[in-house]
Amino acid sequence: MDVQSSTPGVVLKYVVSPNDFTRAGEASSNVKNILKQMGISPDVIRKVSIAMYEGEINMVIHANGGDITVTITPEKIEMVLRDDGPGIPDVEKAMQAGYSTAPEQVRSLGFGAGMGLPNMKNYTDEMKIDTVLGVGTTVTMSVYIS
Amino acid sequence: MTVKDIQSALKATVSSGSEYLDTEITSAFASDMMSEVLAFSRGQSVLITGLCNPQVIRTAEMLDISCIVLIRGKEANEEMIRMAEARNVVILQTRYIMFSACGILYNLGLDGGII
Repeated sequence: MDVQSSTPGVVLKYVVSPNDFTRAGEASSNVKNILKQMGISPDVIRKVSIAMYEGEINMVIHANGGDITVTITPEKIEMVLRDDGPGIPDVEKAMQAGYSTAPEQVRSLGFGAGMGLPNMKNYTDEMKIDTVLGVGTTVTMSVYIS
Repeated sequence: MTVKDIQSALKATVSSGSEYLDTEITSAFASDMMSEVLAFSRGQSVLITGLCNPQVIRTAEMLDISCIVLIRGKEANEEMIRMAEARNVVILQTRYIMFSACGILYNLGLDGGII
């Protein structure tokens, strides 16, 4: 992790390791602890934790890892999850609850139920997906503090 | 109800967090799919699951769940125990299947709610 505490806010950077299911969630766990120490409200922490954790799991399952940048300002917490994975062929379909392209093995790990992206959208105030097939995906999510 | 009451009702062993058995429990969630727990959990403090991997502990951490009940005789591995201890999460292990574990706790007054 790399912490930059310059204006306009606190910036946290993480690398998500590929194919390391055991470590998936470490970045989200770290962000949760930092938000707690900063005295952010439990409701906001819960939303950020769930959305980022689902995103992190997605990066491990679908995209061979990637990197995450979290920017904390007095107004909002922004999470940018970037990967060089295969891209999402049909974003609209991927946003439907229950639709999943995850392999069966992922289901046996407790994920791949087609709830990841819908959960991320439900728990954030803004979500944008930029994806290019064969190039990668960037998901930008924001949770407002006020 | 406390974690200790749950342990006793489910004839469970404690594999992590034995110092937190007096924690008050108000409601529970049961699922083997962690995405479902992340989607629908609303402040429940117990997670009943047959899934047995480190992501169960991570899910509990993200949702501030204080007690995990592993059912169907599942046993936490060292990594899970290490993670749970570091996060003050209790792990109970019972041989009851999910249906029975939920039924027993529901009978004792624990609820889960509706989405």
